[in-house]
Amino acid sequence: MTKLNKLCLAAGVCLLLLTLWAQPALAENAAAAPQAGDGYPWWVWPLLLLVVTFVMGIAAVLGGVGGGVLFVPIISGFFPFHLDFVRGCGLLVALSGALAAGPGLLKLNLASLRLAIPVALIASTFSIVGAMIGLALPTNVIQISLGATILGICALMLTAKKSEFPVVPQADKLSSALRIYGVYQEASTGQVIDWKIHRTPQGLLLFIVIGVMAGMFGLGAGWANVPVLNLLMGAPLKISVATSKFLLSITDTSAAWIYMNNGCVIPLMVVPSLIGIMLGSFVGVRLLKVAKPGLVRWIVIGMLGFAGIRALMKGLGI
Amino acid sequence: MTDNPGRSLQAGPEQLAYARILEKGMYFSLLTLIIIYVIYVSGLLSPYIPLHEIPKYWTMNVHDYLHDTHIRDGWAWLGMVRYSDFLNFIPIAMLAGVTILCFLSIVPILLKQNDRLYAGLALLEAVILGVAASGILGTGGH
Repeated sequence: MTKLNKLCLAAGVCLLLLTLWAQPALAENAAAAPQAGDGYPWWVWPLLLLVVTFVMGIAAVLGGVGGGVLFVPIISGFFPFHLDFVRGCGLLVALSGALAAGPGLLKLNLASLRLAIPVALIASTFSIVGAMIGLALPTNVIQISLGATILGICALMLTAKKSEFPVVPQADKLSSALRIYGVYQEASTGQVIDWKIHRTPQGLLLFIVIGVMAGMFGLGAGWANVPVLNLLMGAPLKISVATSKFLLSITDTSAAWIYMNNGCVIPLMVVPSLIGIMLGSFVGVRLLKVAKPGLVRWIVIGMLGFAGIRALMKGLGI
Repeated sequence: MTDNPGRSLQAGPEQLAYARILEKGMYFSLLTLIIIYVIYVSGLLSPYIPLHEIPKYWTMNVHDYLHDTHIRDGWAWLGMVRYSDFLNFIPIAMLAGVTILCFLSIVPILLKQNDRLYAGLALLEAVILGVAASGILGTGGH
């Protein structure tokens, strides 16, 4: 068990015990105070968030998606929180997952800093733009766009292919000038893989769109990063997945600051979500050995599809 | 198979330095976040908004929330860290700020390697994140 696993496990148990221990006193408090809209005492929601994000963390690992992409549509669809706070929280959830994974991936040389820096410059700049647009537009417009985007992600998950080792006949001029290439050892075969990329300008242009969407909807953008890095730019799948995860720690940082500076962070929501999704991810990694990822992937697509339709309906006022 | 023996399987020094700072910053921020949250939820320190009143606010859009609670946006929370809810913003800001520190820390390493282009790009990234963090970029609001 790593240090991070232990820390999160201890935190999860502490939060659960603390909430249960405080429950009678809090219930009294809640009964004395005027109930807010939903009628449930306040402690129900962080507890529910902890449980739901724990399950989400498991599903995210088994389904091969980031926590952020599940968090925003599901929590905004089925919890009473306003979309502004869900997006702020979703970015912090995605950011924390990326921060937790980043150091290991960099040390293993699976995430490439040379590949990530130029891409991050574009994506993080445009995620700021996306966050500003997202906070300026009316909620129903964002909700409809979010629903459409989530359904688009479902379609992408259903149709997108992956290429373990894409063929890159020749590196393009830009990636050569930036010296974006590397070597890694494929653990399963022991083979040493020499990789380079092509179509860098086109890839960078697509990261403008990815950055805007990440910032606008508060989604982690792994679902879009990986296909662009792998299928378009030709980075090997493992390098693409690892660099994408690390990239989120930069892209989501810039958008998270915009949401935070605009008041869209409520700590009571953030911490249980963050702990829940991290704990769920650790359990998910262990379950990965015995679970059937194909089946879980279908469940995740189903969950996303349902949440996407729900977001569309909420946005349209149906 | 590799056809370039000059390339290394090991991560470069700037990548390793970045990873080390990111790891330490992440652990420290996360631990602080958990401790402060326990203080907040247990009521050891008073919050600005009583816990039982929060469900009334999280259903509002952020504009109404700030208006009704008389909370100012941007870095105004720094002046309110005596309240346990605002104390939580310190580790959250640390989590969001560690990447800036990572980029700044690799600039001298890249310069030492005579990699001015990437030193410039790393510095530029730190500036972009710094601008986002500064709060000078306003929004249109709802």
